[in-house]
Amino acid sequence: MKIAVVIFPGTNCEHDVVHGLDLIGVEAELVFHKQTSLDGYDGVVLPGGFAHGDYLRTGAIARFSPVMDSVVAMAAAGKPVVGICNGFQVLCEAGLLPGALVANRDLSFICRPIHLRVEGTNSPLTAAAAVGDVVKIPLNSYEGNYIADADTLHQLETNGQILFRYCDESGAVDVSSNPNGSVGNIAGVSNEVGNVAGLMPHPERAVEPILGSTDGVPLLASIPAFAGLVGAM
Amino acid sequence: MKFRIDIRRKEGLSDPEGVTTQKALQNLGYEDVTATHFGRTIYLEMDGEDAGAATAEVETMCRQLLANPVIEDFEIEVVG
Repeated sequence: MKIAVVIFPGTNCEHDVVHGLDLIGVEAELVFHKQTSLDGYDGVVLPGGFAHGDYLRTGAIARFSPVMDSVVAMAAAGKPVVGICNGFQVLCEAGLLPGALVANRDLSFICRPIHLRVEGTNSPLTAAAAVGDVVKIPLNSYEGNYIADADTLHQLETNGQILFRYCDESGAVDVSSNPNGSVGNIAGVSNEVGNVAGLMPHPERAVEPILGSTDGVPLLASIPAFAGLVGAM
Repeated sequence: MKFRIDIRRKEGLSDPEGVTTQKALQNLGYEDVTATHFGRTIYLEMDGEDAGAATAEVETMCRQLLANPVIEDFEIEVVG
């Protein structure tokens, strides 16, 4: 399979994503945001950074980049569409994922490893993981505070669209293990079908022992795992 | 024509800047302040004479780009 990794002006995690996918044997290519076709790709990753300077709101300008029509089409076709950090914000702005990401509770930029508990496995970020798994990967954001209205939260819970919650080392989810104020400690969600997934922390920064953790590997490996499941359906 | 667009977080959704500022005001002794909300103001100038049509267009701009309808409300005012 071949994955497109999109570069918006201001994206800065694209090489990490390509390297991480390369380590697990998945071919990935960088695609500039002005490209209008993603034909030939089996999935797409929107990596982290500060697309279009994060002006207006994070992801607000990026969602109108020319490549986004193809991302929307890929999402509608059931192919894996993954947003990490700023990419998650872009997918929310584009309406491909529910909710939004706003300034952290304590108004501080958070840059440290945090723990996440896997809550659902029907997604290209969790298909190769198990519910209850606890992973340690870096969080690196100012606008990482996930919010959604009560109806949306109910829908997320009911449909199993919550993929990750912030937790402590033992997997306990509570206020003290919530780094940024996200409602329900939510760190990652999917769309209703499951093929579009967003996550605030960075799995691609935890793929080799020298990086301090390899816990991001099963998350990235979920892209081919999920595509295999979809292909078998 | 000149427009002023006020954009605010929807009621009931978390507003960390508002909450933090509220605490700071209370720490200064302003305990009668019951709510503090942050927003954004955009000043926009447009060609054209038809205020109704222009206002409708600005509304579309707000829904499409300037505000995030998922979490924000907006108000449009013609100011010149």
